[in-house]
Amino acid sequence: MTVLKILVGCKRVIDFAVKIRVNSARTAVETADIKHSLNPFDEIGVQEAINLREVLGKDKVSEIIALTCGPSKSQEQLRTALAMGADRAIHVETSKDQTLEPLNVAKIFKAIIEKENPNLVILGKQAIDDDSNQTGQMLAGLLNWPQATFASKVEIDKDSITVTREVDGGLETIRSKLPAIVTTDLRLNEPKFVTLPNIMKARKKPLTKFSLQDFDIDVTPRLETISVTEPTTRKSGTKVDSVDDLISKLKSAGAL
Amino acid sequence: MFVKIVRKSVISTLRPTFLFRRYATGQDISTLLLVEHRDNAIASSTLNALTAANKLGGSITALVSGENPDPVAEKISKYGGISKVLLAKDKLYEHGLAEVYAPLLANAQKKLNFTHLVASHSAFGKNIMPRVAALLDVAQISDVIDIESPEIFIRPIYAGNAIAKVKSKDPIKVITIRGTSFPPAEVDENKAITESAPDTDKIPLSEWVSEELSKSDRPELETATKVVSGGRALKSKENFKLVYNLADALGAAVGASRAAVDSGYCDNYLQVGQTGKVVAPELYLAVGISGAIQHIAGMKDSKVIAAINNDPDAPIFQIADYGLVADLFKVVPELTDKLKK
Repeated sequence: MTVLKILVGCKRVIDFAVKIRVNSARTAVETADIKHSLNPFDEIGVQEAINLREVLGKDKVSEIIALTCGPSKSQEQLRTALAMGADRAIHVETSKDQTLEPLNVAKIFKAIIEKENPNLVILGKQAIDDDSNQTGQMLAGLLNWPQATFASKVEIDKDSITVTREVDGGLETIRSKLPAIVTTDLRLNEPKFVTLPNIMKARKKPLTKFSLQDFDIDVTPRLETISVTEPTTRKSGTKVDSVDDLISKLKSAGAL
Repeated sequence: MFVKIVRKSVISTLRPTFLFRRYATGQDISTLLLVEHRDNAIASSTLNALTAANKLGGSITALVSGENPDPVAEKISKYGGISKVLLAKDKLYEHGLAEVYAPLLANAQKKLNFTHLVASHSAFGKNIMPRVAALLDVAQISDVIDIESPEIFIRPIYAGNAIAKVKSKDPIKVITIRGTSFPPAEVDENKAITESAPDTDKIPLSEWVSEELSKSDRPELETATKVVSGGRALKSKENFKLVYNLADALGAAVGASRAAVDSGYCDNYLQVGQTGKVVAPELYLAVGISGAIQHIAGMKDSKVIAAINNDPDAPIFQIADYGLVADLFKVVPELTDKLKK
């Protein structure tokens, strides 16, 4: 069977448990001194690459490469991926105030893919900050590769990949030839906790750095963010004492 | 009706009156609407997306694809605002594979010069549209909740904890629409003309194998006027029947928190939240759901929210209009019985 070389996408995002705040200028969300983590869907992607190596055998997965595009601090998330079991990492560094849209990220990924020639690329289905749900599909389009989005099960057989996808109303299974792009859904696997020895080992794993200037890619944003505002808040409600009270309140509110 | 309320809150702060002029001169706006359908029925989310497309102004062309798309083409041609229906007939279009749909849409755009390509932010639309945008070398604007002008769009970020207003600088706008933010379009006297979509090479990069869809007599989650959702506190798949029973007594759809889905109490596609379904019913009743940020992202625009939880400090009570602090195993059967009467 085809030996897999897997590239996994890793985005640094504000930790999922943080209650975000809009900045006073209403231009963005406050990010300074706020806990950041590896995007949860990317964590599932890294874990899936590691699971595939376990299932298929070490000789069938030649390499797992973690790739990020982001500011210097994104290296923390690459180290997380390395501690989870990725073999090496690639960091395409952006300046602190540079925002990359999914299309830009997809183009940078394409450039790296042309250098590295992986035959399986795993990305999260969406980043929990911009909630776009685009990069994997865009990358597949740019490469003219098959795409299997919102994956909850991935199986490799010879040179083909079979993926069960989470769709509206249930599940769907599709199959394609490698190389292919997979984007992960929450149910694909449960990422394992990284252990301290693995964190130490991860420090020694290779990390290659590029800057945006190394690529001939126009990363000018196509979208101008005019404003970022707080959503309208709901008025605090009331507590009811009994089921009867709940029913009568819902009736008078016209909800029943 | 709830949809209007959600929209108003955004529009009133964001849309200056002068922008109305833009709509009046919208002849240069030309929109392609991707129609999602199954078993000869138009997906309800497409009708929400059609309302959004109408808001852009200009003409709307609906694209209907499949092995036998004629009945759906006939249906969609009757909706207001649609001037033309493009038919793409091929067995390869039967299962929504992005690898065949994206070239179809990109090619239609190139031949017919649409300014906007619109689909709903459903699993179908999310899968196809970014691939189309990449083929056209333009950005995509996902999960749009309001349209301020043909270039300016409002969308939630950070699980709906912030609202971004973005202006597209691309010549072609590829957009996916949040269904609950726009009312469904209605049939009127319209009768759009039908013609074949521009031909495209269809290279099947992937193959559809099978599907496993759950059939249910309950209302569809995304469009139901009432939703009852269960969470981790239900403790088991058997106990989750309490949620189904309560939903049936109310004529409501069933939803769930991620915890309930992950624990196997119910099917995955019932998940409400940032990464699941977004709902905005008249009544959302949360049973044994603590109210994590990610869950609230999927239901906070509901008109009335009621919560039953035994933890008085559960975050769900901060957004619930009516909260009952009680053991759900006691009060849910009681509530179900009383509602049946």
